[in-house]
Amino acid sequence: MLKKDTYDVVIIGSGPGGLAAAVEAKKEGAQDVLVIERDTELGGILLQCIHNGFGAEIFNEDLPGPSYAQRYIDESLALGVETLMDTIVLEVTPDRKIFASSKLHGFVEITARAIVLAMGCRERTRAMIQIPGMRPAGVYTAGTAQRFVNIEGKMPGEKVVILGSGDIGLIMARRLTFEGAKVERVCEILPYLSGLTRNYVQCLQDFDIPLQFRHTVKFIYGKDRVEAVEIAEVDDKWKYIPGSEEMIPCDTLLLSVGLIPENELSRQAGVELDPITGGPYVDESRQTNVPGIFAAGNVVHVYDLADWVTLAGYEAGKGAARYAKAIRARESDHIPVIAGKNVHHVVPQTINKRNLENEEIELQLRVLKPIEERTLIEVHDGKNQITRKVARYVRPGEMNTIVLKPRHFADIEKASSITVEVNPR
Amino acid sequence: MQEKYDYIVIGGGVVGCIIARTLSRYEGRVLLIEKEADICMGTTAANTAIVHAGYDPLPNTLKARMNVKGNAMWDTLAGELNFPFERRGDFVVAVGEDEFPALETLMTFAKKNGVPGCQILPGPEVRRREKNITPDVSGALWASTGGICDPFQATVAAAENAVMNGAEVKLNTAFEEFIMDGDRVIGIKTNRGDFYSRWVVNCAGLYSDFVMHQAGVRPDFKVRPRKGEYFVFDRADVQIDNVLFPVPSDKGKGILVTTTVHGNTILGPNAEIIDDKDNTSTTTSGMDEIWAGANKLVPSLSKKHVIATFAGLRPMGNGPCKTPGVDYNKDFIVEIPEEVRGFVNLGGIESPGLASSPAIAQEVVDLLKDAGEEMKVKKDWDPIRPSRPRFREMSQKDRKLLVDMDPRYGRVICRCENVTEGEIIAEIHAPIPATTYDAIKRRTWLGTGRCQGGFDTPRVVEILARELGVSPLEITKRGNGSKFLFRPTKKVEN
Repeated sequence: MLKKDTYDVVIIGSGPGGLAAAVEAKKEGAQDVLVIERDTELGGILLQCIHNGFGAEIFNEDLPGPSYAQRYIDESLALGVETLMDTIVLEVTPDRKIFASSKLHGFVEITARAIVLAMGCRERTRAMIQIPGMRPAGVYTAGTAQRFVNIEGKMPGEKVVILGSGDIGLIMARRLTFEGAKVERVCEILPYLSGLTRNYVQCLQDFDIPLQFRHTVKFIYGKDRVEAVEIAEVDDKWKYIPGSEEMIPCDTLLLSVGLIPENELSRQAGVELDPITGGPYVDESRQTNVPGIFAAGNVVHVYDLADWVTLAGYEAGKGAARYAKAIRARESDHIPVIAGKNVHHVVPQTINKRNLENEEIELQLRVLKPIEERTLIEVHDGKNQITRKVARYVRPGEMNTIVLKPRHFADIEKASSITVEVNPR
Repeated sequence: MQEKYDYIVIGGGVVGCIIARTLSRYEGRVLLIEKEADICMGTTAANTAIVHAGYDPLPNTLKARMNVKGNAMWDTLAGELNFPFERRGDFVVAVGEDEFPALETLMTFAKKNGVPGCQILPGPEVRRREKNITPDVSGALWASTGGICDPFQATVAAAENAVMNGAEVKLNTAFEEFIMDGDRVIGIKTNRGDFYSRWVVNCAGLYSDFVMHQAGVRPDFKVRPRKGEYFVFDRADVQIDNVLFPVPSDKGKGILVTTTVHGNTILGPNAEIIDDKDNTSTTTSGMDEIWAGANKLVPSLSKKHVIATFAGLRPMGNGPCKTPGVDYNKDFIVEIPEEVRGFVNLGGIESPGLASSPAIAQEVVDLLKDAGEEMKVKKDWDPIRPSRPRFREMSQKDRKLLVDMDPRYGRVICRCENVTEGEIIAEIHAPIPATTYDAIKRRTWLGTGRCQGGFDTPRVVEILARELGVSPLEITKRGNGSKFLFRPTKKVEN
């Protein structure tokens, strides 16, 4: 139940980003920290991720999603973080008023000194990729199917085709197989994997589930329930190759065709969004263009590991607590961080270079094209290299990072922008 | 016991439901049957949602007369039934000088059909009124009486008002054949038993040919589905505030770029004549055609902002126009045939059927009067279907009042469209209960946003199961054969 109507830091969403922000905001000295969660339990989507693979980066352990979440739930509650459960935020204003609504708590209005947006992301749908055909029951996004199976304990299908090789799709291929369903095929329109290689190995290869690259669904059949899908091979321009069509009888089509940061509330609050990531432009403290509004995790850009989301949550929580306590960084001196050759995007999109004097700044990036050999990730100021790092390979499905250290401050002090590039070594 | 009615309406689309509502005004028992699990499942469920002004139909056809008369009736209809309707006018846009003369033809039609409030605007004025329109616009016909509505809510509201006034609605009830007494229809056989009636009204839309043939009427009449596909845009990204038609062609009114009462811009339809009355599929070629057509009017559209695609079927008939000297064979049929008594026959009610529906209902009443029916108005007839709370349309202040009154309106189930548990429960227990996911969706607009039901589906399944007192495994998308879930997951052995 809500104890007051003004908080130092209010966090919207209790997934890994939101919980980490809550913990860090408390540790940084914020007095009143509130997490608003629309579901009935803390943890966000982690709760339906009952597979392992969480915690390797932070705990050096291999945990299932709910156990990973529990560590942060326990920690935040022990630190005195307040929660408002089963409550949906309807609106955030630029002056940090929050309107929220709940069956349990009624309609509430809260003022926050700082806000952390941690709403996560949503799944791309059938319509967004415009799959032709009928519109029967049995076409689900992988995450919706995951909720049905892991939370509701119900099977959404028996004979399944999966479109897209995103991580949730791969995980669901294995999960549905465990539950006795037959996963007939996974099709990926790209010539490479969208998700993590380890998920391909552990979820498809180990269960003999066939994966076809450069294949997509051409038509969905079935009036009331899915009866079959027609798949086809595509060329480099994603045009169907005549003669490659194959009819696969099935009752279910799962879609794992990408995630989009969920920023409807951010927009209302006047937060500017990066058209490349779909998330807010942020600086290294994860502050958006609206003073006092921070954003962390998949709401900023889509991560492949929850651990990284947690780390982003720490940054945002720290930034929000400092803002709430009015310990602003010294005079702002922001420069843009530019996505250069073979880089899809970099987060943060700007950095306050003064902050580099005392603290490291991690740049997170995704590449445009895979390079399956030793690769150089490099940061430069247009002329001179600032730092570099060698990777064994780079893949669009796997985020890369490169860290700027206080010793780079001298190099950056005069720069008007920095650029990140990825090239074969 | 023999069920005896005065009027049976076959078909729960907008025409059937508005006719049932109109008949419920008069003394007599009214039954509406619908073969699907909900009303509004056929043509009414998938169209452009436009209340046409009436400049398009060929003058002196029944289509022209019904359209213009019907259009004028929508303010009262929407006011009494409390559904969204906006008379915001529409444009027929001529692109390039070649298309401009077509506007003059439409203007002539408008005058002959008696459409008020039409004028031809020059290109720059059109651009001033809709900034997204192509710079190649040479002019437009502006029709101030054009309107947009929510066809689902209009149909549901009409049917509910009929039920409030004593009519019965039977869902999952399919017409099979007539029960005849000589040349008189005295009832119908259905999959759920026989129902007797003094009159039967054919509002079967795509299947109206089958129904009239069962009565031995118009053996040459045939309905061919004309399929139209659509794109729907995210309203946060695309804001076209007008109704934009291209100049019409022999394929129909052409591919529109239009706003809706929900604020989403939609594109479509193309027009493909097919044979399969169940084929509501979208196609690659259809979507390409719509895209090309829409871009001709508004070049700045991006596919990135598409959140839904769908297709609908219009019942294109081959009924000849009855006006002497008018050579037209796709007219509406609204008649009491001479060869069969007790049968009101409708057919070929394609576009502008939605706009025409209140006039068609009045026409049916007039035909019944001509046939000797007294049509005595009930003393206690109530034309008002009260509105129900729509959380997403309310101010924060009003939301607070609503949630304070009934906390179930505080739980948001559809995050994109802000539809609450309270609204869903109200629809499940409404005069015509919503018992499927799509029935809830059509009434509340839930699941129509960016995530297309990804978030709400498991929650709606749970609420439906709870309120209907059945297992979640029984809940369907839109009736028999469309279950969401197959079985429980494996049990854990302790």
